Amino acid sequence: MLETEICKIKMKNPTMLAAGIMGSTAASLNWAARSGAGAVVTKSFSMELNPGYANPTTVEVTGGFINAIGLSNPGVELFKTELEKLKGLVPAVASIYGANPQEFQNVATRIEGMVDMIELNVSCPHASGGCGASIGQDPDATGQIVKAVKQAVKTPVAVKLTPNVTDIVKIAEATQKAGCDAITLINSVGPGMRIDLETAQPILHNKFGGLSGPAIKPIALRCVYDVYEAVDVPIIGVGGIRDYKDAVEFLYAGASSVQIGTAVYYEGMDVFKKICTGLENFMNRKGYDSVSEMVGKTHKT
Amino acid sequence: MNVPKIVEIKDIIKETPTVKTFIFDWEITEETPGQFMMIWNFHDEKPMSLSLIDPVKGEIGFTIRKVGKFTEALHKLEVGAQLGLRGPYGRGFEIAGLKILAVGGGVGMAPLAAFAEEASRKGVEVDLISAAATQDELLFMDRLNRTDTNLRACTDDGTYGFCGFGTDLAQKVLESNSYDMIVTCGPEVMMKKIADLAEEYEIPAQFSLERYMKCGVGICGQCCVDDVGWRICKEGPVFWSDEVKLITEFGKYRRDAAGRKEPL
Repeated sequence: MLETEICKIKMKNPTMLAAGIMGSTAASLNWAARSGAGAVVTKSFSMELNPGYANPTTVEVTGGFINAIGLSNPGVELFKTELEKLKGLVPAVASIYGANPQEFQNVATRIEGMVDMIELNVSCPHASGGCGASIGQDPDATGQIVKAVKQAVKTPVAVKLTPNVTDIVKIAEATQKAGCDAITLINSVGPGMRIDLETAQPILHNKFGGLSGPAIKPIALRCVYDVYEAVDVPIIGVGGIRDYKDAVEFLYAGASSVQIGTAVYYEGMDVFKKICTGLENFMNRKGYDSVSEMVGKTHKT
Repeated sequence: MNVPKIVEIKDIIKETPTVKTFIFDWEITEETPGQFMMIWNFHDEKPMSLSLIDPVKGEIGFTIRKVGKFTEALHKLEVGAQLGLRGPYGRGFEIAGLKILAVGGGVGMAPLAAFAEEASRKGVEVDLISAAATQDELLFMDRLNRTDTNLRACTDDGTYGFCGFGTDLAQKVLESNSYDMIVTCGPEVMMKKIADLAEEYEIPAQFSLERYMKCGVGICGQCCVDDVGWRICKEGPVFWSDEVKLITEFGKYRRDAAGRKEPL
């Protein structure tokens, strides 16, 4: 009943572990798979190793967390040793980043055949060195990266977009035109900040960080809704999803699957099973036989 | 909310030439020995184990060895200086059984001091092996002698107490005593040997592990261990023997800030 498909990749349910949550090792990805995720996305990695920002990298705010981990990763060659240890319990998606088309292409080429899908992170709101949202805010730069990766690999390519733009539909249209196979909406919002009252100092070492958690759900939902109207490629919804009701809203808005991130904090690793159980009960009550019947339903009412 | 609470250092105890204990006023609720807090010095933030939990005085403490930039900066602070504390986090030690063997190596004694005091308050008998390289580095001797804990000191160089490693003394003690449980914290190679002894003598044991941490609340994945994927900050830092058996990297390697494996 919960089976779904995205870019011909079969998933036992529509939940995925989002990029940047756990996911930096095969062990934690396999654990998310064992915990019920329908697919898992790695933490973003790049050509060269990156230790990320100094702590504090995470602080709670009303409605979620802001974080500036800083895209820490051991570099593609070491990350490949983790990908080799994935148990294949569920489809695996590699989240990759770089500063330009060549870097993205180099990383993608090196992992060709090791994962079921590649998700391009052009949307991290706290990246430095010309990575992240500085790319994803520019339709041309984003399109060039999609083209470069699509030329280099046969693996389906999703692009994760930032909501921190004037018109996300224009960026989504550019990525579709460049040949992407799916669009992931959205990366964290902002960046935002939190200041300590006693010292007047920003709490995050990087001063600013991406906002995630329940607070961003309405924004993510609106982005999915708008982009669904404009593109034909499947959409993966992410942003503040914590329970099955949130997941249903994203499916209705047009997402074919949903990613779970910060809710791992609120609900634990059981979050995938909890959402799936709730979703199944809901589908029974409403008479849905498949997830696909729900995708984009709001647009048809 | 997971935000640093700014507190003033109430007292500093110079424990050894390289170790200081920092004490803070704190409203104790569910803090348990073995749990840790993230300490923010306004430049960096690191996890530190609670070494003192005093519900009567309303105090907590952290016992910190000077090993790098962050801990050197902490050692320069004086009473009244501010720090940010976030937590407590993770799963601490369980007090189970009537007679417990505790083995602490070096600054690994920090959570065990809090554990021994808590166990004493509950009327549980604790034999505590405190191991250090040399007499000057032995921790909490006076403090623990004020409790009902049976303190057995040992030094690598024999300058005080038993001459040898904590694991040597543990073996000796296990030969002539029976225990319901073992708890340990210290260098992982030491804890690995304690794990082997616990298995040999068929005594359930708890181990306090340490890994590089970032978020501290189970989101970022930095402290996940192979092959089970558990988070040291959430499922740990204290694990039981049957769990430690599944942590294949235990006693072998850890990961740095970028995620590269480094041998222990």
